[in-house]
Amino acid sequence: MDTGLFWEKLILVVILFAVSLGIAMYSTYLERKVAAWFQDRIGPDRAGPFGILQPLADGGKMFFKEDFIPFNSDKWLFILAPGIAMFTSLITGAVIPWGPNIQAFGRDISLQVADVNIGILFIMGFVSVGVYGIMIGGWSSNNKYSLFGAIRASSQMISYELAMGVSVITIVLLTGSLSLRDIVDAQHGISWFVFKQPVAFLIFFVCALAECNRAPFDLAECESELIGGYHTEYSSMKLGFFLFAEYINMFISSAVIAALFFGGYNFPGMDAFSGNTLAIIGTLVFFAKIVFFIFVFMWIRWTLPRFRYDQLMHLGWKKMIPIALINLLITAVVIAIWEGWFTK
Amino acid sequence: MQSLTNRSKMVSNKKMTFLEKLYLPAIFGGMLITARHLFRKNNTTKYPEEQREFAPVYRGQHVLKRDEQGRENCTACGLCAVACPAEAITMVAAEREKGEENLYREEKYAATYEINMLRCIFCGLCEEACPKEAIFLTDKIVPSQLEREDFIMGKDSLVEDVNNRIDISKRQLTGKRKEK
Repeated sequence: MDTGLFWEKLILVVILFAVSLGIAMYSTYLERKVAAWFQDRIGPDRAGPFGILQPLADGGKMFFKEDFIPFNSDKWLFILAPGIAMFTSLITGAVIPWGPNIQAFGRDISLQVADVNIGILFIMGFVSVGVYGIMIGGWSSNNKYSLFGAIRASSQMISYELAMGVSVITIVLLTGSLSLRDIVDAQHGISWFVFKQPVAFLIFFVCALAECNRAPFDLAECESELIGGYHTEYSSMKLGFFLFAEYINMFISSAVIAALFFGGYNFPGMDAFSGNTLAIIGTLVFFAKIVFFIFVFMWIRWTLPRFRYDQLMHLGWKKMIPIALINLLITAVVIAIWEGWFTK
Repeated sequence: MQSLTNRSKMVSNKKMTFLEKLYLPAIFGGMLITARHLFRKNNTTKYPEEQREFAPVYRGQHVLKRDEQGRENCTACGLCAVACPAEAITMVAAEREKGEENLYREEKYAATYEINMLRCIFCGLCEEACPKEAIFLTDKIVPSQLEREDFIMGKDSLVEDVNNRIDISKRQLTGKRKEK
């Protein structure tokens, strides 16, 4: 086996792991800051300059809390659930192309851990597996509120994954590939898919909110009704893992949205650069887009009240899926006409 | 039914239109509102460093005043204790001895004067009842304690220091009933 490839991938995996955790960590900080700004407050500002050390303080607090396992819970599943949630949210980062290739040490290094040719399918699959973390966690707690939260989470995931998948298919129709690298490369410069597929973008964005269990779709945790939902019984770092997994999910969703609809590392005027400069600027641009979408996620959270459960289901099944299907049909017909299938 | 005031509004149960059912216009409207708050000045007072000034009518910890010559005003008449709805005030009266004229203004004074700050409701009725302008409520906050007994404040913490007078001029302007 090529040892150079092994080290290259290993380093990339470690960096990606650290970056995912770091961004998730500072998302919690940003979340509190953004909430404060929207509510005319200052937000955390005591730990370090501008409260920059707040996430460390929060994490430290989590570690020192009592790690409690309820007596009637299914112990192994109870411990396993946060692990599943964390694992599934971290692994999806593997197929996202973080930037153009870098030339270093005489090698052409790809800033993508694995260019799976079904990349977007891989992400959809693992996001669906992610619901097991919530489901198992909620069920094994042996608590009514937890079970309610888990059931809500799974039905919500199933309902919104359909519309999400259909809106992804429109993108796949445009590129003819499921590989995220191909999809991003097809959006060279400013020819981003959001301009060709605004409806698909909107549907995908709303579904991403629902998949991440973010407000206004946070019915799975729902502090006011279910006192935390599936993580009611969790404490200490197990709770921390659930919360952390949620922020990593948000990061990955933002990355997928940016890659599918906003050109990933493509930016207008990118032809002026080449080689490693392009790679570095492209990566920075990609991360800027990701941070922007994380901000929009938070913006929405601090604007909208939670949906009622029936509203959630109506929106998912009666609005999102029909609109996504019609959008898919129109796209397919337009592509068919464009390619001249009817005139041949 | 005939409306009495014509101010009541009829409840409409109209169905939402398709656009309203998508929630999108309302969501964008809401997001615009929150975006405007992004650029607004925050209302925070950074508490330990900055402290907000109390209103002149603020009723905090009591003070037993002295007159200009540093003599205690209180004559232990007991009107404050009678007025107190929470029965927080107790006192023991004593007669002024020879040679104590520089300590107490009149022939009778309070040997002990205690306010239970856990009973006190800070209504200010003691201040209103006092005929000698001896007791006032200040803008000082009653300090927290670990033991319940420590909240019973005696003369040592209530009577103002001769050299470190407590300004109650704001209270006199607002708190006292105006004399006719």
